[in-house]
Amino acid sequence: MFSKILIANRGEIALRIIRACREMGIKTVAVHSEADEDSLHVKLADEAVCIGKAPAKSSYLNIPNIISAAEITDVEAIHPGYGFLAEDAHFAEICESCNIKFIGPTPENIRMMGDKMMAKKTMKKAGIPVIPGSKGVINSKEEALKEAKKIKYPVIIKASAGGGGKGMRVCHNDVRLIGAFMTAQSEAEAAFGNPEVYMEKYIGAPRHVEFQILADESGNIIHLGERDCTIQRRHQKLIEEAPSVAITDKMRKKMGEAAVRGAKAVNYRGAGTMEFLVDGKDYYFMEMNTRIQVEHPVTEMVTGVDLVKEQIRIAAGQEMALRQDDVRISGCAIECRINAEDPDRDFCPCPGEIRSLYIPGGMGVRVDTHVYPGYAIPPFYDSMIAKLIAYGRDRKEAIKVMLRALDEFTVEPINTTIGFHRQVLMDSDFLNGRISTHYVEKFFPRTDA
Amino acid sequence: MNIKKIKELIELMTDNDLSEIEIEQENTKIHLIKRPHGVIEQQVIAAPVAQPAQAAGGREPAAQPEEEQGNLLHVKAPMVGTFYRASAPDADPYVQVGDIVHKGDVLCIVEAMKLMNEVKSEYDGKIVSIPVENAEPVEFGQTMFVLEPV
Repeated sequence: MFSKILIANRGEIALRIIRACREMGIKTVAVHSEADEDSLHVKLADEAVCIGKAPAKSSYLNIPNIISAAEITDVEAIHPGYGFLAEDAHFAEICESCNIKFIGPTPENIRMMGDKMMAKKTMKKAGIPVIPGSKGVINSKEEALKEAKKIKYPVIIKASAGGGGKGMRVCHNDVRLIGAFMTAQSEAEAAFGNPEVYMEKYIGAPRHVEFQILADESGNIIHLGERDCTIQRRHQKLIEEAPSVAITDKMRKKMGEAAVRGAKAVNYRGAGTMEFLVDGKDYYFMEMNTRIQVEHPVTEMVTGVDLVKEQIRIAAGQEMALRQDDVRISGCAIECRINAEDPDRDFCPCPGEIRSLYIPGGMGVRVDTHVYPGYAIPPFYDSMIAKLIAYGRDRKEAIKVMLRALDEFTVEPINTTIGFHRQVLMDSDFLNGRISTHYVEKFFPRTDA
Repeated sequence: MNIKKIKELIELMTDNDLSEIEIEQENTKIHLIKRPHGVIEQQVIAAPVAQPAQAAGGREPAAQPEEEQGNLLHVKAPMVGTFYRASAPDADPYVQVGDIVHKGDVLCIVEAMKLMNEVKSEYDGKIVSIPVENAEPVEFGQTMFVLEPV
């Protein structure tokens, strides 16, 4: 087992990793920017090294300074957390060449899954359903019609060279298709200088369901069930829960097996997440995240498995003690990401000093946070200040616990998304599980038609 | 005064459950106070005297109390690494306390990932103290040289 680990991250995840290390008797080194000198992870680590000025590029993304810090403190491993360098294959390689263990997957795993087209191809080969689509660029109106017939309506035409809604057209029938195909091409040309478009099946109201994977260096791979992350805003997750109301036991078994098969196909190591789009009983591979995720606590609450400790054990070369049959999912956990943002002003970030703070407690409440009274939220990083997790014997109870905890949670004087979460948790569509990735829009009706 | 010594003192305090410790040694005094929530506050009251006479032949050490913060200039580490006073173990240190240096003069080496990086002075001035010891690790922004403008 490692005797000392450097945490190449900040905020709540750095704290999370330090906590796991302390319980395992592993010494910790925190690295921080000048803006994070008073950060909680710096105070609680055994050693701390300043690695640069506030901007992430100068500090948390500064590979030479981070490696140098690892060398002068003589650590055996680096835990990259999530974001920053967690999915930087180059960084993982440098760690390897400096004889420092990167607590995460191999550089090859990261590269393979980072290339979305390549990842889709690999998963398809492993027999995992992927979103049906054209094999490549569509070159003519005739080809467009042929593909649409194969894929089956509704379809979406997308620009090869970019996204952001440009060069995208949804079509429900042949009549519209030709027109849409031509318009998409011109739009793509105008926006990206490249008129190439391809086609995919359009899933109108999908749910986002992801499966947690753990793989050790002896080739044992298990899944720990799913998380439903459908509630998002601009592709940022706001609320996550485990298990998902949309997944039956049968689907869980099939999707879990698919996730494990996919991980096996790329010789995956460490913790990872397989993301799927779910449409009724159908599921399609979307992408794989090769890191520990923000929402990992909901899986921990329903399975009792400490994912960060497992990451560390796997990296230390230990064989996983858990087998698939040992994994039990019990109860329901919901996580609300509390951000220092003002929902009424388009979720504009509100950094500033926290003068008054009350963190909820009691049975079924877990709060992962790095903030404390007197802490000044720096403007240079993301706005998440806490993760509030509620656990109950079933979803109904978990929701009651969450509402109770949200009522207790006090962060002043800055604006946070606590009130917004309360609104969602009381909404009937949420309570009935009648949601899709467009759900959040209902709270903020678009004023442009 | 260097990080290692300060760390040792902090360990001493923790191991013996002390809340306050003050040590005076030659021209250096250090006072450490442990606050209730465990954070240790340190005040270094006087700058250390110049380096002991080295084989290179002594220069006149100049002691300057750090209280005169007002006009002092700090040369800080531009990266994380190991601080070296000279270009090689058997070479003379680039500078000594009391030396007058000019902007662009090489003051020291910071070694990072097996690469030796020369650190040049950003100021013209006289070196009044070198708070880091040879072969000690330095973090980004750590003061390595204190200069008095001339």
